[in-house]
Amino acid sequence: MTEPAIVVSALRVVRGGRVALHDVDCEVAAGAVTGLLGPSGCGKTTLMRSLVGVQRVDGGSIRILGLPGGSPELRRRVGYMTQAPSVYGDLTVRENLRYFARVVNRLDRVAEVTALVDLGEHAHSLVRDLSGGERSRASLAVALLGAPDLLVLDEPTVGLDPLLRRELWATFHRLADAGAALLVSTHVMDEAERCDRLLLMREGRILAEGTPAELRGRATASTLEEAFVALTEAQ
Amino acid sequence: MSIRVTRATARRVLEQLRRDRRTLALIAVVPPALLTLLRYILDAERPAFQRIAVPLVGMFPLIIMFLITSIAMLRERTSGTLERLMSLPLSKLDLIAGYAFAFALVAAIQTAVTSAVAFGLLGVSVQGSPALVVALAVANALLGVALGLFLSAFATSEFQAVQFMPAVLLPQILLSGLFVPHDRMPHALRIAADVLPLPYAFDALARVASGIEGGRMQVDVAVVLGTIVAAVALGATTLRRRTP
Repeated sequence: MTEPAIVVSALRVVRGGRVALHDVDCEVAAGAVTGLLGPSGCGKTTLMRSLVGVQRVDGGSIRILGLPGGSPELRRRVGYMTQAPSVYGDLTVRENLRYFARVVNRLDRVAEVTALVDLGEHAHSLVRDLSGGERSRASLAVALLGAPDLLVLDEPTVGLDPLLRRELWATFHRLADAGAALLVSTHVMDEAERCDRLLLMREGRILAEGTPAELRGRATASTLEEAFVALTEAQ
Repeated sequence: MSIRVTRATARRVLEQLRRDRRTLALIAVVPPALLTLLRYILDAERPAFQRIAVPLVGMFPLIIMFLITSIAMLRERTSGTLERLMSLPLSKLDLIAGYAFAFALVAAIQTAVTSAVAFGLLGVSVQGSPALVVALAVANALLGVALGLFLSAFATSEFQAVQFMPAVLLPQILLSGLFVPHDRMPHALRIAADVLPLPYAFDALARVASGIEGGRMQVDVAVVLGTIVAAVALGATTLRRRTP
């Protein structure tokens, strides 16, 4: 195994007078899909924002792909999908993709990512006329444009139909097999089962990490949900 | 800074505007309509109309681009698209310059329409060059973009953003001598007019209208350009890559 794609040590973030991340330590491997699992408000988004360099941090260190977190070079190598779809509602899917593709200088990828998220039929629809799930797929497509070495995806499959969700997870694993690191947040347990590794998060702390099987074994639970509950109560 | 990213951004901003037909119609129709209204309100006071018509042609783009930029930047901030852009290889100046180019183009078209109505139909006369009026109007539009960009950082809602126009721009336009030439105002207000940027923009246009361009004209243009640079620099500091 090569060097981890992400190494976080003692990361501390204070937001609005509240400690959002309490000295978080974690690693995310390259060539794997790592799930970030935890209830809403536990700090998943703050951690992800810190990793992509848009969160003001109050302590600790982050190394991404061997570089200090927030390095300008990383902006070409890291794909980020925010939780709320951050695409322009008054442009079509294609216009959005072409704009962001010009920014990352990958116009050649527009057709490919459109097909990956299955938005071919809606390419000429205005984003504001799409359903919530379609809008978040458009936002995911933007994150995939630069063929990044690290993908940070904040709840990418909310509101998607099960078939498409399965396809997207297959895509995530294909990207990981090709060598990319993926960090995907979710609060859906069956999605967590599809991850190679999991980081369980609660109240700004990493509660446990390991493969889904390891976590179930450690808590002697038959499902991840039970494991999560047992690990939380053991605190 | 990257020309590719700046161009892409200008193009994207224009594409967004193109979808909003009603806004485009308002941009083209409102200034000439207001000018026509003023022409007939001041029917018995033709010299007064002559005195303010040309400055108004050049001030409309400032007001409108200020409003449009404040709202557009506020939307970028609140919709998450700014956060996404800040995680991409895009410099703050690419974003600002993209907006500036797009809106300068719109302002040039707006001024062309307004000038055609003013000079062609309403009988407004310009002693200096009409092309200079358009050039000053475009510079004013850039000033509006720069001020809108900077002030949008202080608005947390669109309700607040639109009120920066009457709060920040309107007093300056009144001080410029819209109703009363500013040498007939109390001393304190003349000093206020001397330290604020818009009276200089107004004065430059008035000078082109009357053909007395002279030395003060260079000061006017220098103040307008200097304010654009200062507001862009301040605006860039409000575009933070890392936010709390």
